[in-house]
Amino acid sequence: MAEILVLVDHLDGEVKKVTLELLTLARRHGEPAAVWVGPGYAAAKDKLAEYGAAKVYEAADEELTSYVVAPKAELLAQLVADGSPAAVLVPATAEGKEVAGRLAVKIGSGVLTDVVDVADGFTGEHSIFGGSVIAHAKVKTGLPIIAVRPNAVSPQPAPATPVEEQVSVTLSDAAKAAKIVERVVQEKGDRPELTEAAVVVSGGRGVGGAENFKIIEDLADSLGAAVGASRAATDAGWYPHQFQVGQTGKTVSPQLYIAVGISGAIQHRAGMQTSKTIVAINKDPEAPIFELVDYGVVGDLFQVAPQLTEEIKKRK
Amino acid sequence: MNIVVCVKQVPDTETTRTLKSDDRTLDRAAADGVLNELDEYAVEEALRIKEAHGGEVTVLTMGPDKATDTIRKALSMGADKAVHLTDEALVGSDALQTSYAIQQVLGRTGFDLVVLGSESTDARTGVLAAMLAERLGVPQLSLANKVEIDGSSIRVQRQTDYGYDKVEATLPAVVSVVEKINEPRYPSFKGIMAAKKKPFETLGIADAGIDAAQVGLANAATEVVDFAEAPPRERGQIVKDEGEGGVAAAEFLASKKFI
Repeated sequence: MAEILVLVDHLDGEVKKVTLELLTLARRHGEPAAVWVGPGYAAAKDKLAEYGAAKVYEAADEELTSYVVAPKAELLAQLVADGSPAAVLVPATAEGKEVAGRLAVKIGSGVLTDVVDVADGFTGEHSIFGGSVIAHAKVKTGLPIIAVRPNAVSPQPAPATPVEEQVSVTLSDAAKAAKIVERVVQEKGDRPELTEAAVVVSGGRGVGGAENFKIIEDLADSLGAAVGASRAATDAGWYPHQFQVGQTGKTVSPQLYIAVGISGAIQHRAGMQTSKTIVAINKDPEAPIFELVDYGVVGDLFQVAPQLTEEIKKRK
Repeated sequence: MNIVVCVKQVPDTETTRTLKSDDRTLDRAAADGVLNELDEYAVEEALRIKEAHGGEVTVLTMGPDKATDTIRKALSMGADKAVHLTDEALVGSDALQTSYAIQQVLGRTGFDLVVLGSESTDARTGVLAAMLAERLGVPQLSLANKVEIDGSSIRVQRQTDYGYDKVEATLPAVVSVVEKINEPRYPSFKGIMAAKKKPFETLGIADAGIDAAQVGLANAATEVVDFAEAPPRERGQIVKDEGEGGVAAAEFLASKKFI
């Protein structure tokens, strides 16, 4: 079976869930070969093996993570040239897409971004225009480079014993042009990352103020969920901008999405419409969010949300 | 400083957007074209850099004739001049080809700094800044939420999932900015009037030295093979809260095994 390169997404050795999803997806189409960039592989080894990495290319040199994006693309380009992979899968995170873009230019291949599934022949499925259109696309020149949206598939373990190979790459001067002088990790507590989370609870205009976001956070914490916010809420300064879900913010596709006090304008729907199960709490029965929901409660969020939180805690 | 800001005309996100059934490219006629919202932050940042450091801001777009409206908006915000790359041969170009075409135009305009928005609201590929930096061989300072320039040094804060990276480089460079890096200004009446008199250059592919064999739908590295309207979600159960709405919602979550 042909090798499929999977770029591992990790933060200091902690493997992101999307990597396990990519390995699962790669197994359907070939033999997954995980590409590890930077220090910390030892701690992640078992995880990659558990999810079926047949091979691991370990590029441990710290230099590869000291510059913006370009070194990862150079490493992948070298692996593509030295081997004969059938495709390259990367996570459709902001950075993953940029790696894909640079790689595409380097090897003269087409790139599919933000796919939600990969079918035979590496046909990518896209959910576009805010989820209103499903399109299928293919790479017709060069090697398929595919950026896959987190939560597109559910990760399935398939234990393997990976063949490990150390790789090094001599970076070009151009790849060292944008130097990362400091990495600032902002405290986000124990909550999962927004785009990766299996459950997301978001608050909108109806929440009415920064101080009331505690209600959203409490509900999220009762479910082990990430917290999101609509643009109305982030624009008003009630919640930090990086948590914005929508057309111009993050796109999430969790198993469960709970929209609290969010009317469901297209701006917001574009970022959450592909969620598997959608629940909404809103006082306006005409709110467009109710067109999307699997379950909706028309009512005052200040009554309904805390009651829901309490009930969830009770049932645990 | 020679600052070039790349903008794109996109269908208004508030209208119904679709692809054309014949060639499966974006149906630009079906919806109103507007300046990509995320590009407004790029235009604003370019103007602020010019105001602080001097120089000139050129608006660059690739798109159909009607994209002129989009350029006018950027000019009325305060950009100095515009270059509009438009040619039938470019129709249906994908990201890889677009980055090539823009690279060719930048070779003509020259640049110290290229500024882009983080993505377009239609295609949402988010790859153009990275592709341009790769092609031009200059630093990629993308997803910036803060930009500082001091002589030929440039420092940005690059927004990441975990926070941000502090990044340093030397000009020339490609920068892309995230939403909310600034508050884009509204065009003033004076700005709108002045925009009509600003230098405006329209280029075809031959003018920009673009090889016709490397652009356009037929030569694209990717193709849309089919598309369909997403099936509507089945309308779920909606209950009115009579005091037990939270408990009812919990009941639903339990039935789906979320709790």
